[in-house]
Amino acid sequence: MKAVYVDNNATTRVAPEVVEEMLPYFSDLYGNPSSMHAFGGSVGAKLTAAREQVATLLGATPEEILFTSCGTESDSTAIHAALQSNPDKRHIITSRVEHPAIKSLGEHLANQGYRVTFVPVDRQGRLDLDFLYKHLSDDTAIVSVMWANNETGTIFPVEEIAREVRSRGIVFHTDAVQAVGKIPINMADSAVDMLSLSGHKLHAPKGLGVLYVRKGTKFAPFLMGGHQEGGRRAGTENTSSIIGMGRAAQLAMDSMEDENTRVKAMRDKLETELLKRVPACMVNGDPENRLPNTTSIAFEYVEGEAILLLMDQHGICASSGSACTSGSLEPSHVLRAMGVPFTAAHGTIRYSLSIYNTEEEIDFIIDKMPPIIERLRQMSPFWKEG
Amino acid sequence: MWDYTDQTKEHFLNPHNVGFIDDFDGIGEVGSLACGDALKLTFKLDADERISDAKFQTFGCASAIASSSALTEMVKGLTLDEAAKITNEDIADYLGGLPKEKMHCSVMGRDALEKAIAHYRGEEEKKIEGEIVCECFGVTDIQIRRAVTENNLTTIDGVSDYVKAGGGCSKCHDKIQFIIDDELGNAPQTAKKPVALTNIQKIKMIDATLEREVKPSLKQDGGDIELVDVDGNRVMVKLRGSCASCSKSEITLKHYVESKLKELVSQELVVEEV
Repeated sequence: MKAVYVDNNATTRVAPEVVEEMLPYFSDLYGNPSSMHAFGGSVGAKLTAAREQVATLLGATPEEILFTSCGTESDSTAIHAALQSNPDKRHIITSRVEHPAIKSLGEHLANQGYRVTFVPVDRQGRLDLDFLYKHLSDDTAIVSVMWANNETGTIFPVEEIAREVRSRGIVFHTDAVQAVGKIPINMADSAVDMLSLSGHKLHAPKGLGVLYVRKGTKFAPFLMGGHQEGGRRAGTENTSSIIGMGRAAQLAMDSMEDENTRVKAMRDKLETELLKRVPACMVNGDPENRLPNTTSIAFEYVEGEAILLLMDQHGICASSGSACTSGSLEPSHVLRAMGVPFTAAHGTIRYSLSIYNTEEEIDFIIDKMPPIIERLRQMSPFWKEG
Repeated sequence: MWDYTDQTKEHFLNPHNVGFIDDFDGIGEVGSLACGDALKLTFKLDADERISDAKFQTFGCASAIASSSALTEMVKGLTLDEAAKITNEDIADYLGGLPKEKMHCSVMGRDALEKAIAHYRGEEEKKIEGEIVCECFGVTDIQIRRAVTENNLTTIDGVSDYVKAGGGCSKCHDKIQFIIDDELGNAPQTAKKPVALTNIQKIKMIDATLEREVKPSLKQDGGDIELVDVDGNRVMVKLRGSCASCSKSEITLKHYVESKLKELVSQELVVEEV
């Protein structure tokens, strides 16, 4: 059975062009870029090119790009750097809807004696900016707000927040893992100090992250050891993946328009048709400010894990905000923070598309979903027809 | 993905006995939409007082649907006395086992069956007995005690897996721990605060709190703590491992160790590193 993959906010297919670019750097050109010999040095030159490609995607300079092992490491490094370089400041501001990479770190730091403010969101998932600004203080070491939410696709006004935070002399970081490659980002014209991204969300391999650190931002390394990445991130470079990331950055720029036209149109079609064909369902999140590839749909009176497993019978791959899929007992913290009723949160399915999806696949999903929901509702004690 | 057995998958994909018996003899409803799973069970008896038919309606994940399907198959042909002996373990076993995080699905089946039998016998509307411990999922101390003893649970996570208690906001974790300790025969040391502590009592409680509450989280970061002495309300400790060289040790002491001891032992305590 062919997989119909609409779970691209979880991970993406590595682009064939990226694989091709990487292949020589495993068994043939395997040198260490730090070596003195030309064999290693040639790999170093390729890394420089990849760094430039990533910098171009972000509107940054190559010196502002650090390669890490994943988005989570980039996030941890950013927060750690801000706290280490402002040892007298004990306050952190973030949102209630962050990815666990920031959320769990915030909770951990709160246990370590830091004061952590989690900014609430409204029913559409929009941040309470007044609340955020009101809590800025001389004690605030860093503000970290994601650029776009992984579960709903809601885009936050990160540039506006960054300007306000920066004007107070406070460091601003954004987890842009879901945003990079899907919406235009230009650090040359931005007040963002640090930005995280993850390779495998934009058709590069897993195990490669990037942290953008604006020139002049106080920094302290998270991993210590060798002199790699200008002494800011020790550890031998993941050469093949970095080279793949460079190519993926280039491809992302080329496909940005496709993402915002064709992919967006497929997403809109999927959403509109499902809302039309399935009774008692609704879209979670801000319909205005949203990633072009994501839709989060709540099917009331049914449970997400059961939906996913029936979708799986047709090879359709998506994610759920339900409790049961994660092994926790409460539905997604994002949906709860938004005040999505439990009746809807438990039955929420996230579809996230990519440039590799086709119109046929979308039609296939539109065709298969209504009977799946109907079948589970017929089993549900809460479902009353009509 | 969950590691479901073939039997569980089969009962989820092709559930047996879905529906509602209009002229039921017994009916049992448990769970709610808010909790994420719910089951409505109906059964019919034959002339010999054996269950001739049973049907279910379930809102929930694959294992909830499979457990309901299994339950209805298991009870058919049984007398009510026989059916009443079915435990949640029996339901899980019928399915070849359930992932431990999903055991609450089998408990839901057992609870619905119990209610349906009680309904038939006219023991309806049993008042909720005991005191609500977990407010997120509305679980009482009696339900938690029963899950602990019947399934030999020893941890809060275990209790959450079976009856959901403690799986939400986690505010009730202290109370659940108290019940577990009580059932295991460990006298809980910090749950009841005596009005005035003798020095020995105080030292014992400080030591127990450090052992149970503080050390595990410090150890996660490669650190450790040792109680050196207690003088009046001054608690003298030594930090070890990574804590000893950590620039944040002062904060760890004041904000974490001291606040834990104040919360669980006495508000008067002051922690000092020696």
